[in-house]
Amino acid sequence: MALAEDNKERHPRVPLPQWLKTTLLTLGSISVTLLGLLFVTFIIGRVMPIDPVLAIVGERASQETYDAVYLQLGLDKPLLVQFLYYLWDVLHLDFGTSLLNARPVSEDIARVFPATMELATLGIIFGVVLGVPLGVLAAVNKGSWIDQFARVLALVGYSMPIFWMGLMGLLVFYGILGWVGGPGRVGIFYMDVVPPVTGMILIDAALDRNWEVFKDAFSHIILPASLLGYYSLAYISRMTRSFMLEQLSAEYITTARVKGMSEWNVVWKHAFKNIRVQLITVIALSYAGLLEGSVLTEIIFSWPGIGSYITTALLSADMNAVLGGTVVVGLIFILLNIFSDLLYKVFDPRAK
Amino acid sequence: MSQTQTLRAWLLTDTPTSRRHAKLSAIYQGWLSFRSNTMAMIGLGILVLLVLVAAAAPILAPHDPFAQDLGNRLAPLWSDSHVFGTDSLGRDILSRLIYGARITLYIVGLVALIAPILGLLVGTVSGYVGGWVDVVLMRITDIFLAFPRLVLALAFVAALGAGIENAVLAISLTAWPPYARIARAETLTIRSSDYISAIQLQGAGALRIITKHIWPLCISSLIVRVTLDMAGIILAAAGLGFLGLGAQPPSPEWGAMISEGRRFILDHWWVATVPGLAIFTVSLAFNLLGDGLRDVLDPKAGE
Amino acid sequence: MNAFNKLLSGAAMGLALSVTSMAAYAETPANMLVIAHRIDDVTTVDPAESFEFAGSDISRNVYGRLVNLDPNDLAAGYQPDLAESWDVSEDGKTITFTMREGVKFHSGNPVRAEDAAYSLQRAVILNKTPAFILTQFGFTADNAMETIKADGNKLIITTDQKYATSFVLNCLTSTIGGIVDKEVVMANEVDGDMGNTWLKTNSAGSGPYVLSSWKPNESVLLTSNPDYYGGAPAMERVIVQHVLESASQRLLLERGDIDIARNLNPEDIAGATGADGVKVVDELKGRLMYLALNQKHPVLSKPEVRQAFKYLIDYEGMRDSFLKGQYTIHQNFLPATYLGASDEAPFTYDIEKAKELLAAAGVEGLEIEIGVREAQERMEIGQSFQNAAAQAGIKVNITVGTAKQILARYRARDIDVYLGAWGPDYPDPQTNAGTFAYNPDNSDAANATGLLAWRTGWDPEGLTDKVAAAVTEGDRDMRVKMYQEIQAEFREKSPFVVMFQQIEQSAMRDNVMNFSTGQAVTAAAYWQVTK
Repeated sequence: MALAEDNKERHPRVPLPQWLKTTLLTLGSISVTLLGLLFVTFIIGRVMPIDPVLAIVGERASQETYDAVYLQLGLDKPLLVQFLYYLWDVLHLDFGTSLLNARPVSEDIARVFPATMELATLGIIFGVVLGVPLGVLAAVNKGSWIDQFARVLALVGYSMPIFWMGLMGLLVFYGILGWVGGPGRVGIFYMDVVPPVTGMILIDAALDRNWEVFKDAFSHIILPASLLGYYSLAYISRMTRSFMLEQLSAEYITTARVKGMSEWNVVWKHAFKNIRVQLITVIALSYAGLLEGSVLTEIIFSWPGIGSYITTALLSADMNAVLGGTVVVGLIFILLNIFSDLLYKVFDPRAK
Repeated sequence: MSQTQTLRAWLLTDTPTSRRHAKLSAIYQGWLSFRSNTMAMIGLGILVLLVLVAAAAPILAPHDPFAQDLGNRLAPLWSDSHVFGTDSLGRDILSRLIYGARITLYIVGLVALIAPILGLLVGTVSGYVGGWVDVVLMRITDIFLAFPRLVLALAFVAALGAGIENAVLAISLTAWPPYARIARAETLTIRSSDYISAIQLQGAGALRIITKHIWPLCISSLIVRVTLDMAGIILAAAGLGFLGLGAQPPSPEWGAMISEGRRFILDHWWVATVPGLAIFTVSLAFNLLGDGLRDVLDPKAGE
Repeated sequence: MNAFNKLLSGAAMGLALSVTSMAAYAETPANMLVIAHRIDDVTTVDPAESFEFAGSDISRNVYGRLVNLDPNDLAAGYQPDLAESWDVSEDGKTITFTMREGVKFHSGNPVRAEDAAYSLQRAVILNKTPAFILTQFGFTADNAMETIKADGNKLIITTDQKYATSFVLNCLTSTIGGIVDKEVVMANEVDGDMGNTWLKTNSAGSGPYVLSSWKPNESVLLTSNPDYYGGAPAMERVIVQHVLESASQRLLLERGDIDIARNLNPEDIAGATGADGVKVVDELKGRLMYLALNQKHPVLSKPEVRQAFKYLIDYEGMRDSFLKGQYTIHQNFLPATYLGASDEAPFTYDIEKAKELLAAAGVEGLEIEIGVREAQERMEIGQSFQNAAAQAGIKVNITVGTAKQILARYRARDIDVYLGAWGPDYPDPQTNAGTFAYNPDNSDAANATGLLAWRTGWDPEGLTDKVAAAVTEGDRDMRVKMYQEIQAEFREKSPFVVMFQQIEQSAMRDNVMNFSTGQAVTAAAYWQVTK
């Protein structure tokens, strides 16, 4: 990270080894971001025009019941005090219990996040494996039919409302053809069959060597994952093309070509090498976006993921759940960013 | 010689007489190269058409977009006097689509103005100035970026009050961080390039370098990103509308029309598909246009 | 179909070869009932606290009650369940229940009068949302130990005054009347919470099913109780899967992956009706759809204006279009099938009549706001009303919000018109009479947010007393007559425009027999279902 080096110059006396300092700074920046994230979310929870007390007690509650819950939630205390209490709990890895279903939020998240992660990971693999080569091909053959095809493919993906695609996909591949599993993560007979180790059914089934469950889970995940993958493919291939075009018109490429280097080497050894960093940033951003959970996809495929979890919680003013979910999504996001920053340093000579 | 030919010659001159002359000349040449890009011209054509349709909505619409007719609901495509059929309350879908063009233009235009500019500003300053400014700005960007977008948008709308204007504002406020990151990444790369060092040596100030040398170089990635985001922006507005925080009924906002129509998708697919296609066409147009613009605006990738 | 889909079909084709065995036409096992339902409203399964629809479904199948409703014959009213018989004292204030012998909780503990007493005391002392169903009989945290007590095999409850016995017993058939296993609950008590935290997610009942797991917004799994005193249920496992989208539910049903789809919209019902092996069963529910006109509004409080609004509803147009099959016209606060219900429906869609009434009240250029929650059918009712009102010269602005947002404003008496739905809490007319037409203190200070009349800022004047009198009337016919009178007056002068009563349409595989969603009086029951 750039900031690490800057600091080194300003405080040359600190006798810490470089790796330790980098680590400390990275940790520092993570915690600052997380703290900011928590604080903003906390404030949001308080300005939302949904009354958490009403969310708990329901429509018919008497004023007495209402007041009791109000006090119980500590809503009578000043905002900052409430925040500090919350922070204290979070530092002890206690996200509190859901205001609505009385379960520990961490337990709920441990259930919904792996579901999203499974879907997002498969989706991004799909997007990268197909999107990157497509983008490179399109750039190399700019203006050719491959380029046009890639363009149409990407633009269609990017412009179709996902719930339309999702429902149509379900109708065709599940409803009519019966090739894939329906809504939900596994068929009903396979629910709770394999022991939940990671919470990701594909992996759990593989660990348990229960290939029947694996097959069933795979038939359920393939459609939503392809859809999400298609969307990231659209983005990734467009960005790849754009980055590649930039490189291909650079002077050093012309020089390499003049020197008689083979086209394959020009494209992959030179141009592609130089876009890796930008590309990784794009992929990391896409992956983070998928990990945030796609609410509509989750709704259509009855996928119990973190996107619909946070949204439901938000709309019912279950702030503990919203805060917990936001912290997890945020943390993942920050980690992915740091990861791409690190790669930046490793790969890009110019960023040093 | 006609007036235009003189003008054309003046614009195409190899020896500009003034700074302004040179600039106009460059714009004109850009336009010429843009015009040769058929796809981009198609995109531009669609968007011009959209603007015309929006402007002439009262003349073009065959029906009142709000007139209900419960006896003739969910009429199929090409039925009598309802080319695109009718929706759940028996309103003419074509007329709603035409009036909806106004709302769509409004949303897209405003978001596409606010978000990238904000992002560009934050990203380039952060990347160029570096140091603590970078740390602070990037932490803020990270905080916003790390947020689930819907949570943030919901919160903004909740704080500002429901309605289409606030929805636009909320979406813009959630859309800027990716632009900032991209702009920063670009800036970092550009900053260390030889030619920026050369300009620095000539004594150019930071402001001048950012606005004159870094921004133009960042714009290509941003345009690609913005054009790709268009459909997402329309759908995000629809998503807010779906939760009751965007366009309020009976407003014929396209995204809201899809939300309404998706209940019938299995048997009356056109109710959601027609506005879906409208969104699709418009975002396609934006994408085509964006691609063309990129070639013209990007000094590195230009022909 | 676009290029990508073609590509995808290619990929899917390859995949299909490997999964054909899986995806071939499915059928659920004969001893298992699989239901797709929206269960996102379940927040707790503690009978002393549970108050939402899907939560009541769980409770009904897991907990036995003193008296209960038979899913095969709901019209018969309350029947003995854990109480075998009961006696009413002469002054009508004390009811003595005799407990059924030999019934066991899921834990194996016997069901005793002591457990019943504990369960009711517990509900009163915890004072959660549904507690009013019991506390309206004068039970309080302070007197619960005396007014509800066990004596050997008998449970004795004493109310603060004489009530219609049917009223008291009807209330005991609701969710809060669920009898919990005292020993198990006490063992899981934390900080004197009477096991509330534990029971929110666990069960300790004696009913035909045991709650095996509840994953919020995901699924509920019930396993049969082979020792159920009424005989082991035919369906050994019941799975309720949370499926939000109507279209998804329909696809699952048509593929045979589920037995029952409970949330199909009218269009999907119409589509599913034609599908192979699918049948649709209609049940009249108790939920009413109504408009509430805020009486704090200077114009809406005029009697003619209240009348006029009742003519601005396109009752038949809506029933026959987007509400088709799922709502029926109903203009009284007691749902059809309730004791004392009336099917009088004097109001029709009549713009001219409404205009006359508005002119008589001197109304001009009225602009009002209507609060509607984001559910699709309500947004359409709102827009239909907006359309009709415009023709009568009233500009209506629709504010859409989440249920809780709009509701909060309604409770604060802060919205001009509220488009609401109201479901009865227990199968007695008092449940609706006591909220629509009863409001002893209309001042802001009273803060009686539980009463719809108060929320609407309406003082029902004489009706309040009449409602109070009807609830103590022991004679059934007399009671019916009293409710008929109250409703006649209510129809004409109240600021409530009652419009529709809900019909629940469950689409199911045609081999599913005897499924009941509980009609207007209770929740869904699974133990009588066969396939």
